[in-house]
This record gives sequence, structure tokens and C-alpha cells, in this order.
Amino acid sequence: MSGTLFAPCRNGQALPLKDVPELELASFQDEIIRAVSEGQRLACLCADAELRVFAVLAEDAASRLWIARTRLDRPSCPSITPQCPQAHLFEREMAEQFGITFVGHPWFKPLRFHDSWVEGRDAWGRTDPLEPGVLDFFRVEGEEIHEVAVGPVHAGVIEPGHFRFQCHGETVYHLEIVLGYQHRGIERALVGGPHALSLKFAETASGDSSIAHVWAYCQALEALAGVEVPSRSQWIRGVALELERAANHTGDLGAMAGDVGFLPTSSFCGRIRGDWLNLTAEICGSRLGRDWLRPGGLGKDLKPEVAWRLISRLSRTWKDTRDAVELLWDNASVLNRFEVAGRVDPIQAREIGLVGVAARACGIDLDVRKDHPFGPYASHPIETGKAQSGSAHSRAWVRWQELGGSHGFLSKAFEELTELSPDPRPPKLPSLAADSCCVSLTEGWRGEVLHLAVTDGQGRFARYKIVDPSFHNWFGLALALRGEQISDFPLCNKSFNLSYCGHDL
Amino acid sequence: MIHILLSRWRQGYRTLRYPKELPPLPERFRGLPVVDAKLCPADCRICEEVCPTEAIVIDAAGPRIDLGRCLFCPDCTDACPTGAIHTTKDHRLATRQREDLRVGSGEELHLAQALDAELMQLFGRSLKLRVVSAGGCNGCEVDVNVLGTLAWDLGRFGIQYVASPRHADGILLCGPITANMELAVRKTYEAVAEPKLVLAVGACAISGGPFFRQSEQLGGAASVLPVDLFIPGCPPHPLTLLDGMLRLLGRLKQEGRLPTKAAK
Repeated sequence: MSGTLFAPCRNGQALPLKDVPELELASFQDEIIRAVSEGQRLACLCADAELRVFAVLAEDAASRLWIARTRLDRPSCPSITPQCPQAHLFEREMAEQFGITFVGHPWFKPLRFHDSWVEGRDAWGRTDPLEPGVLDFFRVEGEEIHEVAVGPVHAGVIEPGHFRFQCHGETVYHLEIVLGYQHRGIERALVGGPHALSLKFAETASGDSSIAHVWAYCQALEALAGVEVPSRSQWIRGVALELERAANHTGDLGAMAGDVGFLPTSSFCGRIRGDWLNLTAEICGSRLGRDWLRPGGLGKDLKPEVAWRLISRLSRTWKDTRDAVELLWDNASVLNRFEVAGRVDPIQAREIGLVGVAARACGIDLDVRKDHPFGPYASHPIETGKAQSGSAHSRAWVRWQELGGSHGFLSKAFEELTELSPDPRPPKLPSLAADSCCVSLTEGWRGEVLHLAVTDGQGRFARYKIVDPSFHNWFGLALALRGEQISDFPLCNKSFNLSYCGHDL
Repeated sequence: MIHILLSRWRQGYRTLRYPKELPPLPERFRGLPVVDAKLCPADCRICEEVCPTEAIVIDAAGPRIDLGRCLFCPDCTDACPTGAIHTTKDHRLATRQREDLRVGSGEELHLAQALDAELMQLFGRSLKLRVVSAGGCNGCEVDVNVLGTLAWDLGRFGIQYVASPRHADGILLCGPITANMELAVRKTYEAVAEPKLVLAVGACAISGGPFFRQSEQLGGAASVLPVDLFIPGCPPHPLTLLDGMLRLLGRLKQEGRLPTKAAK
């Protein structure tokens, strides 16, 4: 990217704010549009209460991140969504949080149905109490067209969200996904941190991705405090993240099998997912890895004798997983259903900026562990998944390849960790650098988790932005449904398995 | 077909023998926290200060832990200079009353009593629950779901998650109830026929959990609905969940208790 106006930065690097170029609004926006049209990704676009706007671009193939900012002189600016669809939800988010109007946004609607952070400044001039899910839905008109509304409360043990299908017979023409029901105000509460609850907020941003989020949080704090994490602790963080991935991929493959009525894999994987979670619990006491990571290192160390004990448990769990999942690839009726369902066009996938499993299933070679390596992944590269067709089958296949990668990583880690003696407990973190920022990325099991921390003059968070992979990917699910039968919605939905709370924050 | 049968044979019968036997819990499992105020140094308030959810209050009798607020994190036990607070491996935590979750030094936790005779006759052998997720992190839902897998096989106790409130005898609620979910929670509850039960699962559903200060949420299930069973945890272990449900249905007598050796 020659002649760029943005400043380069690395994953997990602290940068004084004075080194983040402050651009004129027009050149800031032009640069984003140009960079994205040349193949970069808009990884983050966010504002704060002072109408500063930050953008992070990812040039994944070159392992580079770019950052810049601008300042709006009034709460209104032109929308770049028509030229850069990746900005779609980011602009709606900024509008709702800070009352900024984006002129020319094709779909200018609330996102999470909460009050503006700035009292009396609402992008839609709303004054009545907000009603979640009440908005101007995109509607298909015509004879025999009908609308199907589902949620917020769904028929399973699943988070709340509203889905509005525009159908003709069984065919879905369009799906609009309306979230916000899980909104509990995490980002707003992080302003002024870090405080006693901020680690808990990172752990509960999306509870099934606790490790991915808390690692991103720790990495940002460590960079801003200038603390190095011992390499053995980084190894163990890798163990935590790969166990989280293995558990969720196993669960998802089982759930997808369930949605096509293939019960053996479905019921085996339900149980085996628990076996993976129990490996995590064996190390840190919690099945979801709570309190395993701490800024500076680990909350719970993995002792050599525990690593030794887990080697055989890992191999048993892996054997069961393989036995259960391989049934899928051997079964014509499963493959037939997987292959035709939920295809996302790879070109559209790039345009909307899909990440993670959903992107790799479209042939987009994108993985933070490889592109912007963090923790142990630079010295211990891991096999990432890849498929081409963008269908539910591709998403299942990518998960399966990644399960193999995680297993390989874990067996190597457990063996080496039996030899290494524990690190000392991390000391209390020094205070954070003032007037600085840090972009911190990890690759959770769904995809790229981004945390952007911006500090004020006292080293407190002036803004803490969390981008869960689901934020990028929900629109992908909507595209996957186009032309599908409504009865395939559960399968398509499961093949993405996105987070509602990670989106709603 | 032959592969499926072979797999079935290899995977074996894996349903836990609970409640006849307790499944092994991990070495570092953080169950019921207990306080021994005799060990507290004079004027020490460290645990109260470090607790991120204000679950610990120190009065004349020493620290009192509110299990409904507790995230079962190690912040207090790590900070305590004398070991006056420590967590045990006791997984049994569910109570019928919110007040019973506040446990002081030397006090015993009043575990959930069974339903009264009339409700027991209705629900004792068949309890259908509508799970509603209302603003948590999806962590409780993970372990609520796990009970339905063949390892735990919730169905063998007559308990089942159902797809509609019209089919349900009660609601299992996770999350602090966000402002955005209040109406949906009320409507779901109203759609369940009387008499009906409400189970509040996890710190969020009992007290708002880590989000207790946020104005975007209401502070738990009891702010909107009458709660019949509180199951603490962040999230509760599947064993804690099942223990709570089975106690409510009067299905645990001696069974399901810790063997005396481990309790010491």
C-alpha cells in the first residue's frame, strides 16, 4: 500500500496517539474506500463521544494493519457504505452510540436499540422509550409474497434475535436479521477502565469465546503497560484457545448433523464437546476457561504433571471426535444436504468482509493466527482450514480441518509443557501508557476478534471497542439464505453459529 | 451403515451414573465458597474490596458471601492473606429463597427444598421447561444445553426443554434480563399455563452478574417474575444445575450428596 495516509501497526503494538495520523474527513474516507477496493479489510471503524473516528484496515496477505483517525466537527457526515459495504454496520453502530447521522446510508436503522451515549443527541431524533425490533424492515412486495417473523425467543436453547424472512412459497428472497436483545452495555461500561470488572466483561463479551476475547483484552493491556509475557505462558494461552476451538467445532459439527437428521454424529458430538470442555476445566477449574488468563500471564498455570496427565485424555477425546465426525463424510444423504445449502458467493463474501470459518469456507485465506501472529503462533504455526464453495459443507469441512490443526497443536504443547517448569505468577500490571492506543487481534473459533483500546491522558480507557467476528458475519448468514428454502434456515444458521451477545455487547 | 454401527459400538454407553454416583470433578473446580471468620485479621476488608460484583459484605460476624452475586472467580481467595475464604468442591448451590444465598461464616447453605405436595403431583415426574435467554453471555446456555446430551440425559429424570411456552410447565431463565428482553420475557411467562415455575440460572439471572451496574439490564429474573429456584454460578456446572432441578422435584435424598470423605 504505497502512498498511504494511514500509519502501519502490528497486532498487539502500543502506539502513541500522536503517531496515529489525524486526517481530514474526506481523505480519511477516500483512503478507506480505496484500500478496501484494493483488497484490504475494514477491521474496525468506531467513534467516541468527542466525535473522534478511528479506522483499522487489515492488509492480511502482507501481515500489516493500518490505523488512522479523523474528527467530525458536527454529528453528521457522508456515508461510505454505498461504496464500501463493509462499513454498513459500523456506521449504524456509530450512529446509535453517538448520535451521528450518516447521510446517504442506504439502510440507516438502529442496530441494538439503546439510547445514545450522548444525552439528547439521537441520530433518528427518537424521544419515546425504544422498542426493540421495531423498525422499517426491507420488504418484498407483490402477489403471493409473504413475510415470516421469528423471535426474539426461539424454539431451542439459544440466544434471542429477530429474523424477518421475505418469502415466495418456500423460497426466501431476503432475510433481515435484527439483534440488540442481548445488549447489556459492555462497551459503555469499559470507558474509564481498566477496573475490577473489565476482565469479566472481556470474558463475557461472548461467553463461548471467553479465551479469544480475554486474550485480546490481555494483549492490549500488556502492550499499553509495556509488559512481556513469558513464552511458556503464551504456549499455555494457545492451549486454552485451541481447546475452546476444538470444543466448539465439535459441537457445531454435531449440531449441523442434527439439523439434517443424522443422529449418530449429533449425539456423539454433543457428549464429546463436553469432553473438550472438561479438558479446559481440568486445567483452570472452569469449563469455559474463566479466570485462566490474566493480564501479564496466566491466572491458572498448567503444571507439568497435569500436562502429562492430559496427554492420554487428549488422545482419547480426539479418537472419539474423529470417529464421530468421519461418519459425516461417509454418508451421501448428509453430504447432499450440506453441499447444496447456504451458499455464500465468494465475491460477495469479500465485499462484505466475512472473517473466520465463514470466510475460509469461501476460499478467502484469512486467519489471524497466520496473518497477524500473536502469542505462540509465530513460532508454532498451526494448520488452518480452507474450502472453496462457500456452502454449509465448506463451513463444516473447514471446521473439521481446523479440529485436526488444534489437535496437532495441543498434543505438541502438552508434550513440551511436561518439560517446562511453571512461570512465576504475573505481578500486578503497571498503569497503562497515556494518550495511546493498541489494536489487539486474536482468532477465536468463529473468526477474528478485535479489541481496540484508546487511553486518555491518565491512561484510562477513553474508548474500548470490541469487534466480535459475528459482527462481520451476520450479514453473511442473510446472504446465505437468499434463494434457499426457509426449512433450511436452521442448518444455514448452525453452519455459521454466530454470537448474538458478541454482536450486541 | 456398518460404519455407524461400528461407531456406536466404539463410542459405547456413556451416560453418567449420576445421581447414583457423582461424576469426577476437576481438581481446580470452584464450588461452594466458605468463610472462616476466625481467621480474619482485625479490620481486614480485602475480600470485600477485591470482589468485582460486591458479593462480599463484611459485618460484625465477618465476611458474608452472596452466592447469587458470586462469579466463582478466584479474586477473593487469591487476595485473602490468611485463607479465611476458600472454595470447596461442593457443587450443590441451589436454593428456593434469594435470601438463603447469603452465607456467613460457619453457616450452612439451605439447599433447595422440594415443591409442595400439590405441585409435586403435577411436576414431580414430568417437568417441561421453556429456556429463555435474556442478556447473558451464552455461557449458561452452553451448560444448560449440555444436560440434554447423552452424557447427562436429562430426559431420564422426566425433565425436558420444549419449543413453546404453551407446552411448558415453567421457564428456565438465563441472563440479567436486558431492557430489550423485558417484554419478551413477560410475554413468554404469560403464555405458560398456571401453575408454573421459574428457574433463575446463573449469576446474571439472580443478580445481574457482572452487568449488575448497567442500566441496560434489570438485575435478574426476580425483577420481572416470581422465582422458584435460584441456581448460582458463572456459569453453573451442569452438575450444579441438575442438582438444583432434582432437589426441586424431591428426587435427591442421600443420593447426590458428596461422599463424606470429600466433604471434609
